[in-house]
Amino acid sequence: MCGIAGLIHRGKSSNVGQELQGMLQALKHRGEDSTGYALYGDTDGQNFIMRFKVGENVAEGSSSIKEDTSVYDERKKIVDRYLSELGARVVKEDRILPYSLRYEVKYDKDLMEFSQRIESVPGVEILSMGKSLEVIKDLGNAKAVCDRYNLDKVVGTHAIGHARMATESGVDIKSAHPFWGYPFSDVSVVHNGQLTNYWNNRRSLENKGMRFMSECDSELIAVYLAEKMRAGATLEEGMRDSLTGLDGVFTYFVATKDSLGMAKDTMAAKPLVLYESDDLVAMGSEEIAIRSVLPQEIDTYDPFDGEVKVWQI
Amino acid sequence: MANLKTSEKKTKAQSMGLHSEVLTGKTQQKFFNPDEAENFYYFGTHDVDFNKRTELDVKDMDCKQANGKIDELMSQGYGTIVIKNPQGKHSLGVGILNKLNLIFEGSLGYFGCGSMDGPIVRINGRVGWSCGENMMAGKIVIEKNAGSCFGAAIRGGDLICKGSVGARTGIDQKGGTIIIGGDAGAFTGFMMQRGRIIILGDVGINLGDSMYDGTIFIGGKIGSFGSDAVEAELTESDIGWLKRKLKVAEIGDNFDVSKMTKVVAGKKLWNYDALEPTEKKGAI
Repeated sequence: MCGIAGLIHRGKSSNVGQELQGMLQALKHRGEDSTGYALYGDTDGQNFIMRFKVGENVAEGSSSIKEDTSVYDERKKIVDRYLSELGARVVKEDRILPYSLRYEVKYDKDLMEFSQRIESVPGVEILSMGKSLEVIKDLGNAKAVCDRYNLDKVVGTHAIGHARMATESGVDIKSAHPFWGYPFSDVSVVHNGQLTNYWNNRRSLENKGMRFMSECDSELIAVYLAEKMRAGATLEEGMRDSLTGLDGVFTYFVATKDSLGMAKDTMAAKPLVLYESDDLVAMGSEEIAIRSVLPQEIDTYDPFDGEVKVWQI
Repeated sequence: MANLKTSEKKTKAQSMGLHSEVLTGKTQQKFFNPDEAENFYYFGTHDVDFNKRTELDVKDMDCKQANGKIDELMSQGYGTIVIKNPQGKHSLGVGILNKLNLIFEGSLGYFGCGSMDGPIVRINGRVGWSCGENMMAGKIVIEKNAGSCFGAAIRGGDLICKGSVGARTGIDQKGGTIIIGGDAGAFTGFMMQRGRIIILGDVGINLGDSMYDGTIFIGGKIGSFGSDAVEAELTESDIGWLKRKLKVAEIGDNFDVSKMTKVVAGKKLWNYDALEPTEKKGAI
């Protein structure tokens, strides 16, 4: 069934890593196959932060095939070479786990060409590319992933996340949310629901040059919105189009460098509870997620069917 | 399926458009003799004293522990229980089958106070999805907003939300009354079979979609009518009933009920053919 959560602080920064961990952990009964964070941290905005993987987590419960870690090293070497050939300079490099890396990269050319080149290495996937955004996703519940990647110290303005119960695709990182809005910098999406016109939309978008890395229907939302924005639509316009362009039941969040949005399908079949004040918006599949950051008595509500909302930091 | 007949002599409920048919057959069968009521035992019920009051802080309890504690307090005769710090937890106050004053100082998550038969509940906060689901009797008053599927499949009692509610309010409702002070989402009264829904504000699309029977009263704008939901004439009897009901519910002071829209089932979708599809094929 999956659970989603998100929050945005308006006019200030906060410990969004820890806050989102609390919200997602409160939703762990909705799925513990994998958990993902899209954190918009405080940075100087000079360089791109590239989160990418060179392999899958093959721990117990994973649907991925085990590979020798030497394969990861080989892939990393090729990525490093391609970055050099693309004219990208790696300013800082962190290998968080054997299969998961974080690079700070100085690069000022086309992101689509960049991504296509890096992802031409088999087994390599860019999880996020942005000057503020970092997507971290892995198998396990929110606390496990937070501890594994030391996310509880991340300070920023907003964040969205996802606790996943795998239903229509594998238990692996590539099917985990959030999805990066390739090839747009700092765009991420999480989704709760099922999309029934996935393949029609996917074929249409692939014909327009967009890329899919998984067979998870939720990835379609990120690609759909990215294509709309590439064609000149604003984020909110793209989200409103999605209410008719996407078929099925869904509630999804999308975040950009300076905004956070939500959309709910016209059947209102998937839950969402929302708290809104002048300095904070917090929302989740269940109120219990919001309670983890706001334990005091507050006023919350369910957005109606077909509702789209966007907030700025 | 019970046999359906058209009634010549209308009861008061029938004159209000609640239902027009007379049920016969197994549906009307009496399952126990009232003369033997003293021998009747309702499993899991307690004799409680409303004047015996206590408080219960459930901050560090899960729903099973909290419900177990409420049951324990009822077994000790407490008839007024105040629950502190529910903090959006799911399934609190479910399955209570005796009289009780239950007060929640805060908000509930999913399935709050479901499957209950008798208690009077006040929730000084918001409720999540499916509050009061399958309620048989009693009263639940929510001071703030409610989630979707509010009052799903209730059989009786009053379910009152002073704020707004999500989608599919009163889905599969089989009796009782649901009263909403604010707005309601899409598919309100979806597949309802009996009972009444009163919405003082606006409603979303597909109001009363596929409703079998029952009545919906709307005070504000209607997004759209669902399949087989039709507008009916608001009678003096309706207006009188609405006034009394809102007064008792302590909601909608000075609200002009005479301007409400009454919605009932058009009954064009009714098809109580006794044959299964395969049998029908053979018969044709």
